[in-house]
Amino acid sequence: MTAADVALDHLDALEAESIHVMREVAAEFERPALLFSGGKDSIVMLRLAQKAFWPARLPFPLVHVDTGHNFDEVLAFRDRRAEELQARLVVARVQDDIDAGRVVEVPGGLRNPLQTTTLLRAIEEGRYDAVFGGARRDEEKARAKERFFSFRDAFGQWDPKNQRPELWDLYNGRHAPGEHIRVFPLSNWTELDVWRYIAREGIEVPSLYYAHEREVFERDGMLLAVTPHSAPRPHEAVSTRLVRYRTVGDASCTGAVASPAATADDVVAEVSVTRLTERGATRADDRTSEAAMEDRKKAGYF
Amino acid sequence: MTGLLRFATAGSVDDGKSTLIGRLLYDSKTVFSDQLDAVERIAADRGDDYTNLALLTDGLRAEREQGITIDVAYRYFATPVRSFIVADTPGHVQYTRNMVTGASTADVAVVLVDARKGVVEQTRRHASLSALLRVPHLVLAVNKMDLVDFDQAVFDGIVADFRAFAGRLDVKDVTAVPVAALQGDNVVDRSARTPWYDGPTLLGHLEQVDVARDDAQQRPARFPVQYVIRPMSVDRPDYRGYAGTLASGVLRRGDAVTVLPSGRTTTVAGLDTFDGELDTAVAGQAVTVRLADELDVSRGDMLVAAEAPPATTTSFEATVCWMADAPLRPGARLLVKHTTRTAKALVTALHDALDVTTLSREPVDALPLNGIGRVTVRTSSPLVPDDYVADRRTGAFVLIDEATGATVGAGMIGSQLGVRA
Repeated sequence: MTAADVALDHLDALEAESIHVMREVAAEFERPALLFSGGKDSIVMLRLAQKAFWPARLPFPLVHVDTGHNFDEVLAFRDRRAEELQARLVVARVQDDIDAGRVVEVPGGLRNPLQTTTLLRAIEEGRYDAVFGGARRDEEKARAKERFFSFRDAFGQWDPKNQRPELWDLYNGRHAPGEHIRVFPLSNWTELDVWRYIAREGIEVPSLYYAHEREVFERDGMLLAVTPHSAPRPHEAVSTRLVRYRTVGDASCTGAVASPAATADDVVAEVSVTRLTERGATRADDRTSEAAMEDRKKAGYF
Repeated sequence: MTGLLRFATAGSVDDGKSTLIGRLLYDSKTVFSDQLDAVERIAADRGDDYTNLALLTDGLRAEREQGITIDVAYRYFATPVRSFIVADTPGHVQYTRNMVTGASTADVAVVLVDARKGVVEQTRRHASLSALLRVPHLVLAVNKMDLVDFDQAVFDGIVADFRAFAGRLDVKDVTAVPVAALQGDNVVDRSARTPWYDGPTLLGHLEQVDVARDDAQQRPARFPVQYVIRPMSVDRPDYRGYAGTLASGVLRRGDAVTVLPSGRTTTVAGLDTFDGELDTAVAGQAVTVRLADELDVSRGDMLVAAEAPPATTTSFEATVCWMADAPLRPGARLLVKHTTRTAKALVTALHDALDVTTLSREPVDALPLNGIGRVTVRTSSPLVPDDYVADRRTGAFVLIDEATGATVGAGMIGSQLGVRA
């Protein structure tokens, strides 16, 4: 047999690796679920899942942890995408946990830290034994230590000093009842890879990711939108700027960046030369301390 | 089009490995300014004389406190030529399992030595492990050349020592580069302080080293079935496809394939993907195979080139790297995961252990954490392995403790591995 001389480029290689991981999970777990927020990473993950199981439908539901502070457009996108794929969408609301007194909201505080309780409740209620997340190792230092298959104990906790070795493409999903595995198919993707893939595949993302005019004010060096969840303080001046979002998390802590990038190709060009990480540029929740992400992950966050 | 290169780095404590990676990220302009601000702030708080680029990679609180790397960290950077995935593996003896983990998927292993110390026990360990895991290319980065005045004689002496040892390993390609990671000499940019060196910079070598998967494409086809796709939909009531990643070789529509372990032969009727049907699939591609005949095929079976099937066996010899605190003893009952098949396994014999720093083998009663030994394994159901020397995908397995679920060992099938000892 002779070689076909078909060379795979790096996006092909990343795509194949992610599909492989998703198929392993579908084959070895009884009740997987995929976290889908309508953000770009989970959109790419959803496309990869579509590819992994085509021509069949997704063999798992989509789960969204809704902080109640999301952008309306992103929620509409989420619902439409689930409908197109005829996928079941389960929405777990942080507000329900606040109302039930399971978490306490700090006035004016961020809701992101509260998500962990809601996420763990959703996992317990759905009896999910594997949960796909769109986290990437390049996002943050603690995430750089993550496995593709990340074991969580009965409390949803991550133990970074006692992780299973992960060799070749052999993933170990063994767990006892009540424990589960978080699975990160995009582990080896970078922000630039995600955008290159969106451009190459012509994947639709919410228009917030592209340049648009918006009323914003500056806080801690970030541009925050004027929304019911994020209002300017008296000394913070509001102006209309041409901005786009690099991440679309909770509106109360996700900042926009000044950008004229109007298409996926423009964003690829912009991300190629940018000098700030997406989290550093736009996420107040990761600025709390040097080990903010590590601490949240240990407690069960993604 | 840019390719993907995976490399692992290994070195002793304080060889400057994290600094070297920090330098690669920094000089290739992959470090973002907020990351750099953060480490500069820490360096200033500590009163360090220079910005510690190692802080860019040591991600866990305990690692920063102790100033060491505990767990494999993965780093990413790209140049116009290639995208790189770096497995940054810890140097300590007790983290050998992490080096093995990083090396298992690496195309290149970069082994660091301190120019003042030369080849030490850890260097030999890392070179041996790279050979054992069959990392195709080895790079010796002689670091801290600034501390030996960029003396060519020092570099040549270390390279000669290393080559003498590597000559006993089955390594096809060794490249040595004199570097000073702290100042960046020969990492990304060529150094004016090593006029006697006419080889590539470290990054230059990593960009050029030939790691095409054509080796994998040359081998006979191996397609472990991961998952059976049956849409059971109105428009595709009878569709049945076998999803998986082609581990080796090439598959074309019409190729004769044998389903193992059952042994039935049929032909490939179609190679499906979401993006359309393929005429040809190559090693590394994730596809869905349709077969011409209705056979009983399920997860764990393997479709193989009919003219070159692997052996079907319930007993094989292998080299194991043990990764659990409790030692491995003959008689141990475990699970073996080989490609997509998991079977119960009994370690029927422990033949000997390999000292990776001397390459000598000694008979042993038990294999401790981080020990490497030759074993015979019997399985409850047949496996269809290749020798690891022929195929890193279909020759590899992991051992799992059924009670705790922990991954306790990494195995490579065959009696001959990368070490001539």
